[in-house]
Amino acid sequence: MMWLADNAWVAVALPALFALLVALVGRADRLVAPLLGIGSAASVLLSGIAVLLTVAEGRTPAAATIRWLPSEEGILAIGWSADGLVGSMLVVVGFVSLMVMVYSAGYMAADEGRVRYYALLSLFLAAMSLVVVSDGLLGLFIGWELMGVCSYLLIGHWTIKPAAAAAAKKAFLVTRVGDVGLLAGIVLLWSHAGALDYESLAAVIDTLSPDILTTVALLLAVGAIGKSAQFPLHIWLPDAMEGPTPVSALIHAATMVAAGVFLIARTWPIYELAPLATYVLLGIGVATALGAALVACVQTDIKRVLAFSTISQLGFMFAALGAGYWGVAMFHLVTHAAFKSLLFLAAGSVIHSSGTQDLRKMGGLRKGMQFTFEAWTFGALALAGIFPTSGFFSKDKILYIVTSENLPAGALLFLTTAITAYYVARVTVLVFFGPRNSRKKPHETGLAMSIPPLILAIPAVGLGYLAKPSIELMAAEYVGFDLPVALIATGVALLGVAIGVFLHRSGPSADIAFERRLGGVWGWIQAGYRLDSVVQKSVSRPSLGLARAAYRHIDRDLVDRAVIGVGSTANFLGERLRRLQNGDTQWYISMGFIGLIVLYSLSVSWDRIHVWLTGGG
Amino acid sequence: MNFVLVASILFGLGLYGVLSRRDVIAVLASVELMLGAATVMLVGLAGLPSLSSQGGADPGTIEATGLLLLVMAAAAAAVGLALLVAIARSTGRTRTDELTDVRDRP
Repeated sequence: MMWLADNAWVAVALPALFALLVALVGRADRLVAPLLGIGSAASVLLSGIAVLLTVAEGRTPAAATIRWLPSEEGILAIGWSADGLVGSMLVVVGFVSLMVMVYSAGYMAADEGRVRYYALLSLFLAAMSLVVVSDGLLGLFIGWELMGVCSYLLIGHWTIKPAAAAAAKKAFLVTRVGDVGLLAGIVLLWSHAGALDYESLAAVIDTLSPDILTTVALLLAVGAIGKSAQFPLHIWLPDAMEGPTPVSALIHAATMVAAGVFLIARTWPIYELAPLATYVLLGIGVATALGAALVACVQTDIKRVLAFSTISQLGFMFAALGAGYWGVAMFHLVTHAAFKSLLFLAAGSVIHSSGTQDLRKMGGLRKGMQFTFEAWTFGALALAGIFPTSGFFSKDKILYIVTSENLPAGALLFLTTAITAYYVARVTVLVFFGPRNSRKKPHETGLAMSIPPLILAIPAVGLGYLAKPSIELMAAEYVGFDLPVALIATGVALLGVAIGVFLHRSGPSADIAFERRLGGVWGWIQAGYRLDSVVQKSVSRPSLGLARAAYRHIDRDLVDRAVIGVGSTANFLGERLRRLQNGDTQWYISMGFIGLIVLYSLSVSWDRIHVWLTGGG
Repeated sequence: MNFVLVASILFGLGLYGVLSRRDVIAVLASVELMLGAATVMLVGLAGLPSLSSQGGADPGTIEATGLLLLVMAAAAAAVGLALLVAIARSTGRTRTDELTDVRDRP
């Protein structure tokens, strides 16, 4: 166990090895791929637990650095280090992925691409662990990009679905925008600080000018915003739901999308000295939380509701970062990972059982899916922030710190809390209560799929009581429980739940009434404020036009013409020259004789020509 | 030094014939003329006193070489004519502007 804590790189190496093994021998037996996947999840989880235990004993786990790329400016080093923050993140990733791997054994049992699926999930785990245990931004960036690739490939898992292919491409391109910002920030930091590992950075950071620090902080935040699906780079996440549901649970709810929060927590010393960047984080976080929650209220696809809910909850985390408490943001990340992956896995069971993702076609699933319903209820309560679930505690802390930092922002977050409770209640009622709207008889979906959500319910409910020790393990500032905030939050949440239950008690008819009353506004919100078409018009189409113009005028008219011109010139000259070779022997002899005369006269007069050429020198 | 003039005229006539005549037999005859010009030059040079006094070859040897050249030219002409007969038999062509098979066919 000690060895595991001191060698955090194992959390990267083992999943990577297992990914390779899955790809090589995964076809041998039905159980091989799931078991190897479970093995890689378990290795990450064990590493995390070992690190946390070591930190709890008051010892810092060993770190090491490999001098990797020498350059004129210094040496680019890559290495690993571990502390409470790293340990917590590893535990979250390991635990959720363990549940997802088990769940996938049921969910993907009949899928033809299972081997590829498990190999990619394991590779994703390796990449995520690399992001977490890296001792600097260089290793983090490598893992960050690897995660992006795995996410792309897993969203597009069902390659025959055009929507999945389009969603994968969109996710890849949009996150790339953020990644460019991250890379620019890393390069800027390297050129001014001369180091990329957190330890050296913390030592030299005071000597940098505030302008540089603010720029770096904002650029890193662009990367975080892209990965964590914050406004305005959130548009890829709802589409990413085209991937298999366990992937949505692991990558697009619990772990990868939370990497942005982790990045900012890990580089917190920079943000401490860049107040402007934290204001930006606060603003983006609050705007995203509120905006996405509103959109979640009117979605008809259960996975899209959860996707917008994830965006909204990540907004809460960004708001906490913006208010200056990264420990609170990380705590909400941990609880959110538990209850949101639970909700996704339960939603997967619901989809599996009812054969549709459309909320209006579900209903009455409570009977026949007892376990899934119970697990869902715990997750829903946590998401709504109802006492005594984990979401209540983590959200209470965020509301408290944001309200004391900035009252209007806090008020907006309270409003978001009410909206969150409303859409959670709406989904729950539409899915599990009311009349059954599909002819398919609801049924439980097998042990592999009903147990993981139930296990996840334990942290989803209980984590709240571990707030103090877990935030203190991360060596972050702890924020106590605040009764007035908690009372108001509970009040608005209960109000939201009540409205949600009341309006939707008789099925999806309330939505239809709303839609008729609100008309265009409804459609506007449902389409995510039509941001997609704005991006389409302002970014995609101009760049496509630019690309087309470049193709037409530069590639075809300039480059192609030059290349073809070289060929046709040679051809033209060759065509003229080949007339010399007419097969007439006497013509050849004439040419040879003329050549002889020319060479002879040159050779006898060479001395004079030489003198003439060199000007008598 | 008249032999140089004679050799030059012979060579020029031969070259002109080789380059301009379309009849292959005439071309062969012109080649013989050029060869004769070279032989005249060789024998004429052998008679120059300065050459033998500088340790050159014995004039008698050179004259014998000239005779050898005549024989060789006759032999070469015989081979050439034989080839020509073979070409004429297989293709039915005896004019140089018809015999252009050495070129690359387009």
